[in-house]
Amino acid sequence: MVADLTTQEKLDMASKIDAHIAKHQHMPGALLPILHAIQDDIGWVPEACYLPISKALALSIAEVHGVVTFYHHFHTHPVGKHVLQICRAESCQAMGSEKLETNVKAALGIDYHETTQDGAVTLLPVYCLGNCACSPNVMLGDDVYGRMTADKVAAIVAEARAT
Amino acid sequence: MVTGFPIKIFVPRDSTALSLGADSTAKAIQAEADKRGIEIELVRNGSRGLFWLEPFVEVATSQGRVAFAPVQPKDVSGLFDADFLNNLTSNAKAHPLNLGFTEEISWLKKQQRLTFARSGITNPVCLDDYIAHDGYKGLKNALKMTSAEIVKAVTESGLRGRGGAAFPTGIKWNTVLGAIGEQKYIVCNADEGDSGTYSDRMIMEDDPFVLIEGMTIAGIAVGANQGYIYLRSEYPHALKTLNEAIAKAEQAGYLGHHICGSGHAFNLEVRRAAGAYICGEETSLLESLEGKRGQVRFKPPLPAIEGLFGKPTVVNNVISLATIPIILDKGAAYYQNYGMGRSRGTLPIQLAGNIKQTGLVELAFGATLRELLYDFGGGSATGRPIRAVQVGGPLGAFLPESQFDTPLDYEEFSKIWAVLGHGGIVAFDDSVDMSKMARYAFEFCAIESCGKCTPCRIGSTRGAEVIDRIIANKGNAKEHDKQVQLVRDLSDTMINGSLCALGGMTPYPVLSAINHFGEDFGIESAKKAAA
Ligand SMILES: NC(=O)c1ccc[n+]([C@@H]2O[C@H](COP(=O)([O-])OP(=O)(O)OC[C@H]3O[C@@H](n4cnc5c(N)ncnc54)[C@H](O)[C@@H]3O)[C@@H](O)[C@H]2O)c1
Ligand SMILES: Cc1cc2nc3c(=O)[nH]c(=O)nc-3n(C[C@H](O)[C@H](O)[C@H](O)COP(=O)(O)O)c2cc1C
Ligand code: SF4
Ligand code: FES
Repeated sequence: MVADLTTQEKLDMASKIDAHIAKHQHMPGALLPILHAIQDDIGWVPEACYLPISKALALSIAEVHGVVTFYHHFHTHPVGKHVLQICRAESCQAMGSEKLETNVKAALGIDYHETTQDGAVTLLPVYCLGNCACSPNVMLGDDVYGRMTADKVAAIVAEARAT
Repeated sequence: MVTGFPIKIFVPRDSTALSLGADSTAKAIQAEADKRGIEIELVRNGSRGLFWLEPFVEVATSQGRVAFAPVQPKDVSGLFDADFLNNLTSNAKAHPLNLGFTEEISWLKKQQRLTFARSGITNPVCLDDYIAHDGYKGLKNALKMTSAEIVKAVTESGLRGRGGAAFPTGIKWNTVLGAIGEQKYIVCNADEGDSGTYSDRMIMEDDPFVLIEGMTIAGIAVGANQGYIYLRSEYPHALKTLNEAIAKAEQAGYLGHHICGSGHAFNLEVRRAAGAYICGEETSLLESLEGKRGQVRFKPPLPAIEGLFGKPTVVNNVISLATIPIILDKGAAYYQNYGMGRSRGTLPIQLAGNIKQTGLVELAFGATLRELLYDFGGGSATGRPIRAVQVGGPLGAFLPESQFDTPLDYEEFSKIWAVLGHGGIVAFDDSVDMSKMARYAFEFCAIESCGKCTPCRIGSTRGAEVIDRIIANKGNAKEHDKQVQLVRDLSDTMINGSLCALGGMTPYPVLSAINHFGEDFGIESAKKAAA
């Protein structure tokens, strides 16, 4: 997908990356804050950031790559406009999350770690959202939705798609 | 008719309340009040923790707050029609959502709220509200004490780490106090990865100043001027609330170079984690804070001696730190008076999974699991019998009914080869297939393993395969026995050969499932007894 970017888009991305690096590089343990800033802004962590980060923090490119890939939160590929996470952990299982997963996958026509054709939704598994009192749960963007059914998820997704 | 001061209405801003529509409820209330020309003061408070009743709306009266719950937007105009703002009238009293005075609701009244004393009562980001409700009294006392006196008070309170390992907090602090070093750190472990737990999140969203105060006292006690809160990335609301509270504490001189005009300095910063369960393990957490892969370090050296950036560091759970203010305010003896045996004080218990009345129950140690599940929990949400209960997160054992009378106490739990952990209780009804749960425990370990040791990295994947073979060979006694033995051997290897508790404790859910629920694995009761 990166290949699809125009030269101008690549330049924009590079300048954003540089700005995030410059802003955070002097913090102690700056790598995670930099990666978060990049993902918050661009939506994912492109490989194009490895070299400038490695230079700024005196790390090897392999080290930066190693950190990015260690953490589930960082996306190494572009994601859809909305990220939908379904909780797979025990409390949600106790309230039927397995069925919910199956139905949501079927409704969206995608599996975990995939994005719908229209680029609207990327589906990810998550292990506990701290909302276990109202299982099963999903998270869309920064918002958690409790006591979910496939129909309710469909409604939330439809609303998000419309915006 | 409502006259005089605008009446206060409380609608929680806690993310569980939000997940059930509290924002829409709040908006509907404001809109309806505007429409009717009634002046109200809408307060977005924290949650009282009666999560099964969120959105939990309260209205202030001269005699205390009255609760209406759960309130959906569609209920709002009806509530106004019933004159719920003037809720001592008979109309309001008769409204089906009226639960009476909040403080009189028995689910709440039966609790002993020490750490959670303010949750749901105050506006979480209002410093004046915090102070008006006994906030910063602990710090005021601490500022008059020596470091050693503070540490002594924490030790005498009997407080043990609420992250799960239950190590005495005062002894940990004493190690850090005695460690030599100009620079020391306080690190709050807010990674709260355990399924079935949310008490850390509640403190951070519903009463963040109590955590800030606790960390400040810890800094003064051990001589650390910098604190970090390592917050899981799944908690964006907690992040916002904490940052807002920290900014207010800084402005008011409760954080910064001269805490309350004293010679003590303490600065605090929130750092976001990135979705790795293992980063809740303290040394993996420190690696992550340093900007590395979250791989577990060998201990010793303990973080107390060589922690963040190699400096002496207190790593404590959110609840441990948030309990410090009340100990310093009311004294070690006050806190120590609650509890049983060597488990002193209170435990914020989180009811989750298939339970009817879920939420936060803070109680002195010693209540039984049965009381929690039935007296507080009201049984299962589905109405079917509760068959299994997992206590202490994904690394905790599954307990059958016959163990429901075990009191919540660290030692009593370890006697039955179970753990209390961070106080999460997840219930399953009789539709659960325990072989699936055992398989999931291995699967989770495989997904989250940091990869440093073989028994955990490889063993977990093998374990899931062995469970599959146990299920597939239910009809083949010889092969079945062999596979069951294999899982036991594998568990032994993991228990003895893992560097940290992820690999070392995954056998808890696996073996407890096999031992207590053998029928789900095709193990006949005769063999089960012999096992
Ligand atoms: N809250 C959660 O989400 C969660 C998730 C997974 C596991 N856990 C819990 O974590 C526990 C395991 O944690 P652990 O591996 O950190 O346990 P541990 O027993 O190795 O350590 C407990 C704490 O005591 C400290 N300590 C030990 N001896 C000390 C001394 N002499 N001086 C100062 N400090 C000392 C350690 O540094 C650590 O902070 C499990 O029992 C599990 O219940 C919690
Ligand atoms: C795999 C694993 C995950 C852990 N996750 C957490 C966690 O999310 N929160 C926490 O406070 N402790 C967690 N712990 C325990 C910490 O290592 C450590 O004992 C704790 O933060 C110390 O604080 P306390 O003494 O106040 O409990 C975890 C331990 C392991 C082995
Ligand atoms: S037991 Fe697992 S998570 Fe823990 S150090 Fe070993 S490989 Fe890493
Ligand atoms: S287990 Fe799903 S929110 Fe906690």
